Amino acid sequence: MCLGIPGQIVEVTDADRMMVMAEVSGVRREVNAACIAQGPLEALIGKWALIHVGFAMSEIDEEEAAKTLEALRGLGEAQETLEAMAAGDAALEGTA
Amino acid sequence: MKYAEEFRDPVAARAVLDEIAKVVDAIGATAQDPVHIMEICGGHTHAIFRYGLDKLTPDGIEFIHGPGCPVCVLPMSRVDECVELAERPEVIFTTFGDAMRVPGTRKSLMQAKADGADIRMVYSPLDALEIARRNPDREIVFFGLGFETTTPSTALSIQQAAREGLTNFTVFCNHITVPPPIKALLEDPHMILDGFVGPGHVSMVIGVHPYDFIAEDYGKPLVVAGFEPLDLLQSVLMVLEQIRDGRAEIENQYARVVPENGNPVSMAAIADVYEPRPSFEWRGLGEIDESGLRIRPRYAAFDAEEKFGIGYGADRRVVEEPEGCACGAVMTGRIKPVNCPQFGKGCTPEMPLGALMVSSEGACAAYYQYGGARAPEAAE
Repeated sequence: MCLGIPGQIVEVTDADRMMVMAEVSGVRREVNAACIAQGPLEALIGKWALIHVGFAMSEIDEEEAAKTLEALRGLGEAQETLEAMAAGDAALEGTA
Repeated sequence: MKYAEEFRDPVAARAVLDEIAKVVDAIGATAQDPVHIMEICGGHTHAIFRYGLDKLTPDGIEFIHGPGCPVCVLPMSRVDECVELAERPEVIFTTFGDAMRVPGTRKSLMQAKADGADIRMVYSPLDALEIARRNPDREIVFFGLGFETTTPSTALSIQQAAREGLTNFTVFCNHITVPPPIKALLEDPHMILDGFVGPGHVSMVIGVHPYDFIAEDYGKPLVVAGFEPLDLLQSVLMVLEQIRDGRAEIENQYARVVPENGNPVSMAAIADVYEPRPSFEWRGLGEIDESGLRIRPRYAAFDAEEKFGIGYGADRRVVEEPEGCACGAVMTGRIKPVNCPQFGKGCTPEMPLGALMVSSEGACAAYYQYGGARAPEAAE
């Protein structure tokens, strides 16, 4: 919850709501890009960002993303975040 | 040796450790008269234990584990209020999973869920917004918990709910901020701190200047640090070098992620939606001035405290800690987790009595999991 996780932005899903699709460790998750957007959201496609509880908070480069993900895996935080994302999906359906 | 397995670049780690040893010697710090360095962030506490940094570094460094784990500083009365909200039949109570096992005086959210309350663990407040859209006949409450890392997410979600005109979404705001408890600790006459390792991701939001008072008013160094073990060692070295040189500055070891002035969009959203409470209660630390946030009157429609009459403003009773629980003394560095009479006996990660045992970022859970006592073979 407190540590961000790196994700790569792969497409714009809802420009009005500033939403983009990010790929986080192989899992696709819609996130809000308001905090890193400078101009059209399309410019973010392919970029990496640190994502905090569904919000892209800081653009980072690919090497930093890889190093951060490795550090988070070492702490068990990456797995925890992916589990939280899955729990969030289930919560929408009222099954968790 | 352990560092050879755990570090991506063991040669670099060895070099920093050697330099740390030299600076500790230059300062003249020893096991009997150590330098006290506080890591503020619970993620750093976890990393220090996970990578055994407390054992790899010289005996002349004593790590004090700071109050930067939001579930660890959550008073039981706040948990009680969450349970009270969640047990209302019209409410779907949504929360980060971290809060589920924190003990309240009656029960935890986990127990309330088992007893039938509609409590849903979500990844993001955006999930809670979506639940609100899909369930117009229910009241969706999101438990706004955490420091400046999560505060922008609830602020932006409230702004979004306002734009959409949602009438069934509220936030139960218990957000807290990092600088005020540091000030409180520095004012504590029992606290002997020589320097700080500052939180990385909080600083990504607020920048480095909110810490200026630590150097300017209290003459202590702070270095904002990343989360890789090498980041932490480099940051500890930077703190030690300041101490050796008699400097007190705010330095940024994590500049590749942390901009000097933080994230302007996040800061604007926080300022738009939230205002400081006159004071707020921290578990183990008591009331601290302007350390908590509440929702501004202009967003009162999205404030669970306003809508349900439950919350900090409505109920100021202070709940005593459970018998024998020493979370407060651990939090202020007065005792180590292993010196708590309940540690590993009445209080374990499976059955936590105190909040510091709940989260992997809590000092007690980290000690329990990784064995925090300095191993004799590590002494040189």
